[in-house]
Amino acid sequence: MSPPPWRLVTALVITAAATACTAGNQAPANDGPKADAPQTIEVWHGWSADHEVKAFDDAVAGFRRLHPNITVKLVKGQDDDKILNAIRSGTPPDVVSSFSTNNVGQFCSSGALQDLTPYLKKDKVDLNLFPKAVQEYTQYKGDRCTLPLLADDYALYSNTALMKGDPPPKTLSELTALAKKLTVRSPDGTIKVAGFLPSVAYYEHVPEHIAGPSFGATWLNAQGRANFATDPAFTRYLQWEKSLLDWYGHDNVTKFVHSMGQEFESSNPFEKGKVAMAIDGEWRTKFLQDEAPTVRYVTTPTPVEDSRASTYGGGFVTGTIIGIPRGAKHSQAAWEFVKYLTTDTNALVTFANGLGNVPSTIPALASPNLRLPAQFQTFLEVFKNPNSTTVPSTVNGGDYVVKFQEFVQDQWEPGKVPDLRQGLQNLDKKVNDALRLAGG
Amino acid sequence: MAATATARPVVAARARRRHRLRVLGFMSPWLIGFALFFAYPLAATVYFSFFRYNLFQLTPVGLTNYRFLLHDPYTWTAIKNTLWLVVVMVPLRVLFGLGLAQLLTTIKQGGNLLRSIFYLPYLIPPVAATVAFVFVVNPGTGPVNDIVAKAGIDLPDWFNDPAWTKPGLTLLTLWAIGDVMIILLAALLDVPRTLYEAAAIDGANAWQRFRTITLPTISPVLLFAAVTGVIETLQYFTQAMVAAHVSQGNADQAGTSVAPGYPGGASLTFPQVLYDEGFRQFNMGYACVLALVLFAVALVFTLILLRQFHAFADEEVS
Repeated sequence: MSPPPWRLVTALVITAAATACTAGNQAPANDGPKADAPQTIEVWHGWSADHEVKAFDDAVAGFRRLHPNITVKLVKGQDDDKILNAIRSGTPPDVVSSFSTNNVGQFCSSGALQDLTPYLKKDKVDLNLFPKAVQEYTQYKGDRCTLPLLADDYALYSNTALMKGDPPPKTLSELTALAKKLTVRSPDGTIKVAGFLPSVAYYEHVPEHIAGPSFGATWLNAQGRANFATDPAFTRYLQWEKSLLDWYGHDNVTKFVHSMGQEFESSNPFEKGKVAMAIDGEWRTKFLQDEAPTVRYVTTPTPVEDSRASTYGGGFVTGTIIGIPRGAKHSQAAWEFVKYLTTDTNALVTFANGLGNVPSTIPALASPNLRLPAQFQTFLEVFKNPNSTTVPSTVNGGDYVVKFQEFVQDQWEPGKVPDLRQGLQNLDKKVNDALRLAGG
Repeated sequence: MAATATARPVVAARARRRHRLRVLGFMSPWLIGFALFFAYPLAATVYFSFFRYNLFQLTPVGLTNYRFLLHDPYTWTAIKNTLWLVVVMVPLRVLFGLGLAQLLTTIKQGGNLLRSIFYLPYLIPPVAATVAFVFVVNPGTGPVNDIVAKAGIDLPDWFNDPAWTKPGLTLLTLWAIGDVMIILLAALLDVPRTLYEAAAIDGANAWQRFRTITLPTISPVLLFAAVTGVIETLQYFTQAMVAAHVSQGNADQAGTSVAPGYPGGASLTFPQVLYDEGFRQFNMGYACVLALVLFAVALVFTLILLRQFHAFADEEVS
């Protein structure tokens, strides 16, 4: 007697579920042909605007001349989801580039990207080419599965006209005093022009851009667990931030920030002369050049706590990463490409000029061929400064940063935290629970 | 005789088998589709929910993912927000769509133009519609609050105030009511005129005609609108995420991590948590648990609605 249809369906479901168990297993990486053999490598990157795609193509031109046997096929507009799906399906490209430094922990710990250490050792590439912070955000627990491909860093922009002759601040007490001095209020107390807005709701004034560089906060402890309650730097950051915020009035700041436009539009309050000082990325120089050419400004490193004046000069550093996926069919040629693009000064300078980003090696920073605005010099200096900081990689990306920012914005700034220590301990627990869930 | 007697059951059995195979053959496209697109994903989701799975490595963790669900504050915030939207937004969507459709049935001149005007916002892609809506009602970038303020009414800071974010999203949904309006309009126009004429002769007033003729006749369409509304709202993702990003003002880019659910978790919906866990933190095992919860809740809501409408229909028949 033939089985009824429902049994067939059940059998199909069970079979499908059983085959699903093997979904995560992949063959080990295939080294493929030697680098000097004729071959084509496929390179995925995230840039998509015409000028960005052209800049990447220009940067690769030197590699094509150097390795005529290797045909490079560039594929634009790829994100991490597509990259991971391609690797998982066993048909990855040979090289991938990602904007998400937060995902380095996941890329490395899962083996999605190959450890580059054997290649680096074989070709005797000195990692000191890259600043310390950059070396940190391109690896996870000693597994260096990525290298840096250009970088972003952050510094203080000061509107010269609004500063009225005052020099840019170097310490937080100077910044606080100037912020109060330069603020212009309406008769009802609302803000017309802000000296410096400490709120995390103000675009790039997120905790990672201030707590690390200015207060020396250490995000994770030696065991890789949240450090918010344990490291007093976070408490000092929060108290400074809240104190200045309260001087403005939380509602006034909220109203002012919400009356402004989008970060990457010409309505940006710094570009409109509504804010005297703001921490921002190096890309703002390009925006100011294009959208607000009449604004006169200077850039200086992020101010630091008075007790940490000797660390002045650093800032927050992050950037784009590049690596070789597990299962890449032309790993040797892929490595030649990665090595060229991340260490060759001409390639990096060409790319940096095209995108208006910071070149990611120390020799490239000193290249006379860099064609960037005068204010850009600060970002080059910040990038190579040993006091510059970044956020460490974890298995669940930047979850701990997001949770801290959420704590500051939703609880701390509106005054909903009666006991800061207790609040930070609860936050530590939340972060650690999420890390454990992800296997960290 | 005996040989014929034994041959008959054999022939009958063969015929039955052939019949079953034929039936199975005709059903096979559905069976294959069911197995591939429903049974397999569901079984795989249940399976992966017992693992830590980052798309590359599978580590069995037993009930850890389920236990984490019990004390995950983000998930509970998202559940509360999603339930708020289901309880408030879905009924308002059906009522508003019905009211608008009813109004359009009574308009004699310019009805077609009005139908087009009311339907148009639904045709705008959700991302563009949300961006435009948030810009227009944002006090800093749009005129709505300023214009209304001239009449002496202070409107809230919709998408920057946790208390007004979900009402703001509801307004956005009601603005793009075209889909519900058009099917209810079709249903209303389909109600036989003779029934209304008979009721009018019997002296029924407008409410009685609506209660005893219109509602029972269009109840299957109302059921459809309610069920699809509940399912869509349980999957509410794009508008909430875009509204949060636009109103927050800063971009989600390398080196900057933006917390979902701005402001203060008020726009955090269940699918956003699911997406965040699965594709930003790569906790696929836990994301599977969340997907199963979503499936179970959608099933429960649909069953409740079906039961309520059947009870209503039975009551009308009796």
